[in-house]
Amino acid sequence: MGYERQADFGTPEVRSDTQVTCTIDGRAVTVPAGTTVMRAAALTGGAIPKLCATDNVKQFGSCRMCLVEIDGMRGTPASCTTPVAEGMSVHTQTPRLQKLRKGVMELYISDHPLDCLTCSANNDCELQDTAAQVGLRDVRYGYAGENHLDQPADTSNPYFDFDPSKCIVCSRCVRACEEVQGTFALTIDGRGFGSKVSAGLASDSFLSSECVSCGACVQACPTATLQEKAVKEIGKPERAVVTTCAYCGVGCTFRAEMRGEQLVRMVPWKDGKANRGHSCVKGRFAWGYAQHQDRILKPMIRSSIDEPWREVSWEEALGHTARELKRISEKYGRQALGGITSSRCTNEETFLVQKLIRAGFGNNNVDTCARVCHSPTGYGLKTTFGTSAGTQDFDSVEDSDVILVIGANPTDGHPVFGSRMKKRLRQGAKLIVIDPRRTDLVRSPHVAADYHLPLRPGTNVAVLTALAHVIVTEGLADEAFVRARCDWDEYRHWADFVSDARHSPEFLEPVTGVPAEALRGAARLFATGGNGAIYYGLGVTEHSQGSSTVMAIANLAMATGNIGRRGVGVNPLRGQNNVQGACDMGSFPHELSGYRHVSDAGARALFEAEWGVKIDPEPGLRIPNMLDAATDGVFKALYIQGEDILQSDPDTKHVSAGLAAMECVIVHDLFLNETANYAHVFLPGSSFLEKNGTFTNAERRIQPVRKVMEPLNGYEDWQVTQELARAIGLDWNYTHPSEIMDEIARLTPTFSGVNYARLDAEGSLQWPVNAAAPDGSPIMHVDGFVRGKGKFVVTDYVPTDERTGPRFPLLLTTGRILSHYNVGAQTRRTANVAWHPEDLLEMHPTDAENRGVKSGDWVRLASRAGETTLRVTVTDRVAPGVVYTTFHHPATQANVVTTDYSDWATNCPEYKVTAVQVTPSNGPTDWQEGYEELTRRSRRIEGGAMEAAE
Amino acid sequence: MSSHTPEKLAYMVNQIARNLALDPDPVGMVAQHIQDFWTPRMKHMAFALDGARLDPVVREALARLAGQYGAAAAS
Ligand code: SF4
Ligand code: SF4
Ligand code: SF4
Ligand code: FES
Repeated sequence: MGYERQADFGTPEVRSDTQVTCTIDGRAVTVPAGTTVMRAAALTGGAIPKLCATDNVKQFGSCRMCLVEIDGMRGTPASCTTPVAEGMSVHTQTPRLQKLRKGVMELYISDHPLDCLTCSANNDCELQDTAAQVGLRDVRYGYAGENHLDQPADTSNPYFDFDPSKCIVCSRCVRACEEVQGTFALTIDGRGFGSKVSAGLASDSFLSSECVSCGACVQACPTATLQEKAVKEIGKPERAVVTTCAYCGVGCTFRAEMRGEQLVRMVPWKDGKANRGHSCVKGRFAWGYAQHQDRILKPMIRSSIDEPWREVSWEEALGHTARELKRISEKYGRQALGGITSSRCTNEETFLVQKLIRAGFGNNNVDTCARVCHSPTGYGLKTTFGTSAGTQDFDSVEDSDVILVIGANPTDGHPVFGSRMKKRLRQGAKLIVIDPRRTDLVRSPHVAADYHLPLRPGTNVAVLTALAHVIVTEGLADEAFVRARCDWDEYRHWADFVSDARHSPEFLEPVTGVPAEALRGAARLFATGGNGAIYYGLGVTEHSQGSSTVMAIANLAMATGNIGRRGVGVNPLRGQNNVQGACDMGSFPHELSGYRHVSDAGARALFEAEWGVKIDPEPGLRIPNMLDAATDGVFKALYIQGEDILQSDPDTKHVSAGLAAMECVIVHDLFLNETANYAHVFLPGSSFLEKNGTFTNAERRIQPVRKVMEPLNGYEDWQVTQELARAIGLDWNYTHPSEIMDEIARLTPTFSGVNYARLDAEGSLQWPVNAAAPDGSPIMHVDGFVRGKGKFVVTDYVPTDERTGPRFPLLLTTGRILSHYNVGAQTRRTANVAWHPEDLLEMHPTDAENRGVKSGDWVRLASRAGETTLRVTVTDRVAPGVVYTTFHHPATQANVVTTDYSDWATNCPEYKVTAVQVTPSNGPTDWQEGYEELTRRSRRIEGGAMEAAE
Repeated sequence: MSSHTPEKLAYMVNQIARNLALDPDPVGMVAQHIQDFWTPRMKHMAFALDGARLDPVVREALARLAGQYGAAAAS
């Protein structure tokens, strides 16, 4: 495929029920009312020259390049600001227009360096294209006059440069930053000839400004003014492949633009239904890790974790692993084996790992890292609604009137959706934020929360019950909806429970720390403000009452009738790119794909017939139980694909003790991660750029992942799992992931209509896709709940056993930031470290003063489980008594501090609440030092000069 | 071999019972939960737990489940 820019229709698509027909240069075209002449012309294939218009942002009408003539209308209106009218007749190419356009173009070019031949945007520049389009060959004004050609470039951003000498002041970048990203980092300073684009204050560079490096301005810029550094370094792309971002659960789709086997840039795909042409710094720019020198490309084995690694052939590695698995199974029984699937890998890869365990190992000891993030979502939504997934698509937010965000920080965790949410808020939707921290959403440019309820960590259930109390006791519940759609007796039982005076906001205020009046206001707003949508994240799930909180959210949505149409719903914001998919694919120890319990004989029979083996009807071990069983001496072998449980799971000491007690730990990953310190076999993995498959995002959208380059290690991950399966005697012969998807579709009723041909044709599909929903399901529970009647569950507030006291008087809560991803294994290997070189502890000024610490000081952070050191930043974003940190850097070892308390229903760890003490310190703890030494020793590779660095 | 697992299991099952205390059928719910999510080894370890450490609802639920598994719950 040759390289072409994605088509630009000049102005955004308009939604309207009315269609109008006009003629453009004699060609008839029918478009939704409100569509501009420019867009209508582009749709007929007759592009009108333009400079200041692009279809990602609203039209501005400043460049006067797009002039047209319209019968019966005087003058030459700008086509980008003129809507089509019924019967209108437009002329886009007349001698008069040509002359006018040429004149405009000449003015632009006279202030533009004519170094096209050496410019990095040569042949990929709209200014150049437009000059050619209007037939400009020479410039009458010359360059002797005043110009901007000597302005210095701003190269501070690690990924793109700003060269003002090439700027035509079209303001596309400014509008993209405002409208698409919602950051408002750019302005046009000055007027007329003196006007120029600037990032914030005069002293600011891009890096020091408010800019979050989303790239929207770079994409919008028609010239080389804002351009990716990689284009300068590598050259213009030659081909493009559409694929899906491998970072977060938003699931943005990109055009991976390639030059040979080299990735030049990732450009958001405008047809992507999750991102609609937008991106964040991670997916857009932070892909350099995929080719980082730390990647391990050869298999390695060792007989004990004290030995250096030995590089071996694939054959030897797989043969050795198979023999070890067999030996362990014979010696300790088949229940001694298990595996962990990855939310970063494709659906097909995940499906194969759980198949290897169920069909090859002969047990259900498979779990996934969703255990530590969204397992309560699965439990809670299945119990109340009947399906373990969010109810809406992302587009739904465009119809929301009240948005309730609880325990989520979308502008950092799910930035592209965060931008879409902010856009809706700028249009006037109301916002309620329930979070211990003042997240960016609470106050950012042109967005302010109507209510921020800064609750004490660990009291989500109490706050949600108090909201329900207000709604029920003030008669604001939607009883008609409840009677029609839910079990009325269960509702009555629940309504009596929440109405009890002990659930009033006033009674609970001392527990939750939330002022009763604000809570009442928020409840009234949510119940009466129109379409109410709830978005939540890990601040809901990672608690000892995670599952109860999810059910309390579901109760609230049902009681207010906010389920089953656009604009409403319960929306878990998924952490990793394929958490939804990993859960769908049967990664939990009690469920086959499509959330069917292993005790379901009918479901088992399907798999038994397809796979020719017996499926164990009893649930297998969850990750924490695997580690317990390992320390008990009965669990001995673990295959871990694409996860770093040592860094991501709570209570690091417990995890390391469990891993150390095993005899065969197989790590299948890109890097020698922290878990690999305890591994006996290392199988090199492939990056998302090197494989075919699918990811499923937070809106249940199944999207293609396409191979844009050959795997550096030689194999896609599914191929490695297949070879391991063959080595232990399974007869697997998949030749392409599409065959795995066909098997998934045969075995999973919600996927029965999914196949690669359809995904290629339609771009994406939202499950369920089956006979009942042949085109997929953007919104769920439209006519009735999947389980029949919606179920109200009484969710009593049971305080966590993790309590503050004299020794540990502060509450630690954890989170993530925009520029990094999860344990940071990828983002730390990119220039994103420019924004977040280390994990910092946020602390309220009062607490800091009491301890005599100030921003930048090293402190010791201690809990009952352990201690670590890191540096402090003093801020009133956190309330007094609360401290906050991220867990992106292994040196911090934040999880040395977190305890092993967990959700009562799913054992999802309680990351969000740990009682701690903070004291001044002057260096790393013994554990950090000892761990560093272990890491150094366990990364040695025999004979290799290389010691893989972290 | 020393193991902390029994203490952990006792903690876990008591925690489950505390969270289901207000359900119309707490005993049935606790039994179903253990049935659905615990491995056979964990179930048998639970049956062997010292009843004195367990919530009364848990004791009843485990006794009911033990019958199904042909084991006797300690009490
Ligand atoms: S990169 Fe994004 S945030 Fe930064 S200036 Fe451009 S549009 Fe604004
Ligand atoms: S930087 Fe690019 S997009 Fe922004 S005003 Fe200049 S030419 Fe237009
Ligand atoms: S929002 Fe998520 S999916 Fe989109 S580019 Fe950023 S990390 Fe990738
Ligand atoms: S493109 Fe219409 S005025 Fe600039």
